[in-house]
Amino acid sequence: MTQLALVIDLNVCVGCHACVTSCKEWNTSGQAGPLSDFNPYGANPTGTFFNRVQTFEVGEFPNTETVHFPKSCLHCEEPPCVPVCPTGASYKRAEDGIVLVDYDKCIGCKYCSWACPYGAREIDEQQKVMKKCTLCVDRIYDASLPEIDRKPACVKACPTSARLFGDVHDPESEVSKAIRESGGYQLMPEWGTQPANHYLPRRKTQLRIHEDELVRADNPLKVDGKLPKPAKAEPSLDDVTSW
Amino acid sequence: MHPAFSVIFLTTLIGVGQGLFLALFTVESYSAFGLLPPQPSRFYALGSAVALGFLVAGLVASFFHLGHPERAWRSAAKWRTSWLSREVIVLPAFMGTVCLYGAAHFSGFNPVLATLPSGAPVNVTAMLGVAGTVLAFALFVCTGMIYACLRFLQEWHTPLTVINYILLGGASGFVLACALAAVAAQEVSGFLGVWAMILTALAFIGRVASLLRNARLRPKSGLRTAIGIKHPHIAQKAQGAMGGSFNTREFFHGRSAAFLKRVKWVFLLLVFALPLGLLAGGFASAAFFIQYLGLIAERWFFFAQANHPQNLYYQAVS
Ligand code: SF4
Ligand code: SF4
Repeated sequence: MTQLALVIDLNVCVGCHACVTSCKEWNTSGQAGPLSDFNPYGANPTGTFFNRVQTFEVGEFPNTETVHFPKSCLHCEEPPCVPVCPTGASYKRAEDGIVLVDYDKCIGCKYCSWACPYGAREIDEQQKVMKKCTLCVDRIYDASLPEIDRKPACVKACPTSARLFGDVHDPESEVSKAIRESGGYQLMPEWGTQPANHYLPRRKTQLRIHEDELVRADNPLKVDGKLPKPAKAEPSLDDVTSW
Repeated sequence: MHPAFSVIFLTTLIGVGQGLFLALFTVESYSAFGLLPPQPSRFYALGSAVALGFLVAGLVASFFHLGHPERAWRSAAKWRTSWLSREVIVLPAFMGTVCLYGAAHFSGFNPVLATLPSGAPVNVTAMLGVAGTVLAFALFVCTGMIYACLRFLQEWHTPLTVINYILLGGASGFVLACALAAVAAQEVSGFLGVWAMILTALAFIGRVASLLRNARLRPKSGLRTAIGIKHPHIAQKAQGAMGGSFNTREFFHGRSAAFLKRVKWVFLLLVFALPLGLLAGGFASAAFFIQYLGLIAERWFFFAQANHPQNLYYQAVS
């Protein structure tokens, strides 16, 4: 069974919101109608988004770290939002595990948004139906697009490749390997929703520098001066000695 | 959560209707067994009409909650999994039964279908009454479970939610029945008054129990599991929008903690203390009026007190 999902690398995300704007652009232009905005140029702009990037500060000054945290529907494997829907407008696709809302059936009762612990669903105040991330279902299967473009808009937009997309049930997929090898985790595991989307944690990037790497132990003259000019054909030691 | 007045009116109004119907049928059952003097059909017909009025008003209120009320019929589809869907089915069924029950009393069409070994007659209204009673309780359970089944809304995820819907609806219905009896069936107004007081007292116990339970709840989720970073100091710096979003409007009540506390005392006074005193003094109509006002405050508090885990992601604007 396929379960498509995103894997988001918090070690790499720089909080540029490119995925937010790209998501909005793709999904507001689609067949399903716009993701409506209200007051877009006023003092209190508000609107419907599938994806938001939030920012958290971890630690106490001066030892703090800024964590940018993109959040969208996690396409839970046990989605609590689906069984509560009285109309069947919310459903999870058996073939690829994407959780979707049928906008033609939704009555806008908002009950499913109460049942999502992650706040991933937003009502469209204009269309009066519930909306949420579709994993760009109208894009990833579009055979008229080149293969490389059949990915969610956010994944394509991310300049740091913090977002990976694939089948988390296939152990050999890129996403499964990333989860396995980089300690991918799920959000709020305490509720048993088993989100399909995973996050990769911050990692310490360390560089060990030895004393003799700072001082040129191999400098034959021991004083700063002109180094003997190597022959052109000789391999250079570093940029300093190269031509 | 943000308390929506459509849902506040829906749950309180149908609660009154259900309780009133239960009160009517309690009187009829007692009379059938000779424990109370028989009452004129007029009383049951009038009571059913009033109960139906409350149920219809509740139903109308519920439509204001929907983005697409014209599609409301679709919501009966998923009764296998959704308590909301079940409520949508049981409510009209109950309304129909109340309507038939009132009509049978109003028209006097009430043939005896069978006789119990004890000699008590089983007539049409008795059958309708039993069906209505089952449906009234089913409706209470559906309404309560809509909230109680959401496991991460910890304030609601308790059997007390369902129990309190039954007790509060029952109490308000019996108080109204007592007020109606004062005009249409004086003989039973004392009986109904006592039951109204008992139910109000029981509802008080149930509600205080849930208040005490909720006061010592420890949230299961915190920022650490919400974003998966194990550090004691995490502070939100931006939530991805400056002007608010659905998430900041739907899940916050937008009032201060002090306001919430005041509402709590107001509803404890209006739903329980004052009506008990007024009932003891024989002022059933005033008791109902005050108690209903109190129930609006109670339901407002019920929603406002529930703290949704999604709020963890919406602590600071920027
Ligand atoms: S993240 Fe929320 S909306 Fe998405 S599948 Fe899970 S519970 Fe449903
Ligand atoms: S808002 Fe729409 S999708 Fe959500 S529970 Fe109601 S009908 Fe279902």
